[in-house]
Amino acid sequence: MLLELNGITKQFGDLVANDHIDLTLEQGEIHALLGENGAGKTTLMNVLYGLLQPDEGEIRIEDEPVHLVDPRAAIAAGVGMVHQNFMLIPVFTVAENVVLGFEPTRPFGIIDKKKARAFIRELSERYGLLVDPDHLVSDLSVGQQQRVEIVKALAREARVLILDEPTAVLTPQEIDYLFTVMRSIKESGHSILFITHKLGEVLSVADRITVIRQGKVVGTVKPEETTDDQLAAMMVGRGVRLVVDRGPSRPGEPVLEVGDLSVVRESGVVAVNSVSLEVRSGEILAVAGVQGNGQTELTQAIMGLRPPSAGTVIIRAADVTGATPRHVLRTGVGHVPEDRQRDGLIAEFTIAENLILDAHDETPYAHRGVLDWNAIKSAANERIREFDIRARSVDVPARTLSGGNQQKVIVARELSRDIRLIVASQPTRGLDVGSIEYVHRRLVQARDEGAAVLVVSAELDEVLALGDRIAVMHGGRIVETFDAGEHTREEIGLLMAGSSVNGGGARREGGEE
Amino acid sequence: MSTEVATPPEDGARPRPSAPRRLLAWMISGNTFTVTVLAFFSALVVGAIIIVLATPSAMTAWHYALVSPGTALSESWDAITNAYGALVSGAVGSRQALSETLVSTTPLLMAGLGVALAFRAGLFNIGGQGQLILGAIGATWVGFSMKGLPIVLHLPLALLAAAVFGGAWAFIPGILKARTGAHEVITSMMLNYVALNLLGWILIQSQFCATNPCTDAISKIVVPGARLPHIAGSNLRVNLGIVLAVAFTFGVAWLLQRSTLGFEFRMIGLNPEASGVAGVNTKRLYVVALTMSGMLVGLAGAFSVLGVDYQVSPVYGGTTGFDAITVAILGHGSPLGVALASLLFGAFVSGGRSMQASTGIPLQLVVVIQAVFVLFVAAPGVIRTIYRIRVRRGAERVFGGWG
Repeated sequence: MLLELNGITKQFGDLVANDHIDLTLEQGEIHALLGENGAGKTTLMNVLYGLLQPDEGEIRIEDEPVHLVDPRAAIAAGVGMVHQNFMLIPVFTVAENVVLGFEPTRPFGIIDKKKARAFIRELSERYGLLVDPDHLVSDLSVGQQQRVEIVKALAREARVLILDEPTAVLTPQEIDYLFTVMRSIKESGHSILFITHKLGEVLSVADRITVIRQGKVVGTVKPEETTDDQLAAMMVGRGVRLVVDRGPSRPGEPVLEVGDLSVVRESGVVAVNSVSLEVRSGEILAVAGVQGNGQTELTQAIMGLRPPSAGTVIIRAADVTGATPRHVLRTGVGHVPEDRQRDGLIAEFTIAENLILDAHDETPYAHRGVLDWNAIKSAANERIREFDIRARSVDVPARTLSGGNQQKVIVARELSRDIRLIVASQPTRGLDVGSIEYVHRRLVQARDEGAAVLVVSAELDEVLALGDRIAVMHGGRIVETFDAGEHTREEIGLLMAGSSVNGGGARREGGEE
Repeated sequence: MSTEVATPPEDGARPRPSAPRRLLAWMISGNTFTVTVLAFFSALVVGAIIIVLATPSAMTAWHYALVSPGTALSESWDAITNAYGALVSGAVGSRQALSETLVSTTPLLMAGLGVALAFRAGLFNIGGQGQLILGAIGATWVGFSMKGLPIVLHLPLALLAAAVFGGAWAFIPGILKARTGAHEVITSMMLNYVALNLLGWILIQSQFCATNPCTDAISKIVVPGARLPHIAGSNLRVNLGIVLAVAFTFGVAWLLQRSTLGFEFRMIGLNPEASGVAGVNTKRLYVVALTMSGMLVGLAGAFSVLGVDYQVSPVYGGTTGFDAITVAILGHGSPLGVALASLLFGAFVSGGRSMQASTGIPLQLVVVIQAVFVLFVAAPGVIRTIYRIRVRRGAERVFGGWG
């Protein structure tokens, strides 16, 4: 056995990211690690690469226990990693990037460029990587940069190559080429751990597939012995379902109308492709989708945080396409941003201050540009009671709160304004069960009070628990919109993974994107 | 009262410990206050070593240290106590000394407030030098060119001109940052050179130059009606400037703590992303914050001209614009902290001059002590290592903004 992970456990506060994970990797094998976002895949790989230390468990390489205290130790043990975000220096050439840190030198410490170049040519040819050592990294396409990362890892004599979501940033042609490269690397006796959440890919390239969900291994299967619906079921789980007590929706007037909205990312990639949707007062529309399929950009465009390239956003019959975030918020929109640490809170600010971030210049918190601290504090005290925020006082910095309580601060802030529409992105990501339940209850309550609610979530359980209607997003498009109960969770899982649903589940060759 | 800490009750119900206990907890947890005091002490020790090295009699005694170590030690001790004694008495030992301390404090405090305000909005205003020069030009120009106005009109006009000039100079890096993303550190710093040379050119123009034809690069003199009045008799230089500077300290503190604008400054200073999501126009605020910062620094130049010098000369303001950065860092970006830091630095300058006069130890010593002090404060790890203080998590971050 080349690599063996035994009972790896890693905990962050209350969150168990990896719960006694066992995994083996044989010589010359491509082993796929499949799971939803937040399942614990990246944590596990960071443990293996020495970026994180496990709380429990051991790692064995060729039956010898190893202690990978940092990436340097991991590299020495023969583990190489290609991150989602490349670690290349754009103004250096390919050769310079590859030899960085172990440069072949001539006397007096002068880098032997000729040797470096020859070395890279040889590697590149052996594995069909098509990498020119003399090109500047900044001139390369994303797919080429990825291959430079692979060369880098191979040049450091990696026997185990970890590819973290390598296809996320690639075009379909580049993905095909990557698989060719992966097979040739495998044939030369290396082993690859391939992290992904895409079903179609693992079936076409992996020798074995291990599915993890909520930090635990669900099972290990061979591609010829499984189908993509079985994998989807393993991924999203049939187990415990979150149930929210809620009556039927009573949809009223449309509050949010998105028409043919498109968003182009800075890199030129079309992130949102002609999306239309409508949310009425008194209903919850849940947008399901695997992370990175345009949901982030969609909510940003609705909130005025990113200019759309085409289409319209209408809120309460007023066109707010391309309006400022402030304007959108003032039309009566509550926004729970996806990345709460970065976009939802100011960690060093107190709870009281965080509770007025987007209303600090409105009555009763301020009059003519002067803050009324008495009003701010008393409102804050009310909120922490009403929303059950567990904190010593409203004067403690938000960073001292747990993730669940931080999210409650955001929810409290957004639901306490006069709102007609709530846009909540991944509202319960990383929260404990109690907080998840609480946030869900609040969103349903807002719906029952007549607000229109748009929930974007990568968690199928959440989508099923909340959505009166469900829209599935994949590859920047809304694949299908339907009433809750119209499709089974397995079918929704397939839609999220980019497969089509033909009367209850497609076979292989899904993902026709 | 004594059981408060021993029995932590459920969340949300824990009473706050008494004020002295909080202060104590704060001090022993390796916080910034302890570090500041210990850093100051350490800087004085370094200064003491320099004093011994700079005192010939003490050095001679050390040549014979093996023969008579007592002499070497007592000579050194005498040198140190003499020098520091002169420093203290020159800073606070007499009415004259106090006056000079406050005179040195005034521009530092104003410029420090300006830099600190920018800090709080996450901006590094390295252009204090240029803004101070522009402010001094504005104040001087209004101060000598208008004649016959009553002081209640003339003085405010001169101050206003300084604020406008300084603010305009800082508006440039602000608008460049907002429109093009150019980093304010680079643009504001480059404008220092422009300002310096602009001053040199203006001083030899006939409208500005003291003499006609212009023989020396020095400006006309501000008329008495535009000067900041003395507040402790005409033979002491201390003037209304320090009073106004203290008022501005409270003003900036109020702005940051009580106004919505200050709240937005603090928001963008600590988390520009979340501020943008909350609907705050971060770009506009960058421009506003830098402009206000430049106005305060411009006033620092006005206070020097209208309170002490009454005319401007080339390279006006010395290093005040840069010292203001030091003062703002030392004061942790808080107005009160800046006031204390600039008072300390003002005392150092005033005391240092009298120490040089009475002991022959060069004024540069105090500059070294100041520098070492700030160095220790900025690198608290050094102080914690020397004095073995426990580190409280999260206590390290003082400023954000290097983006």
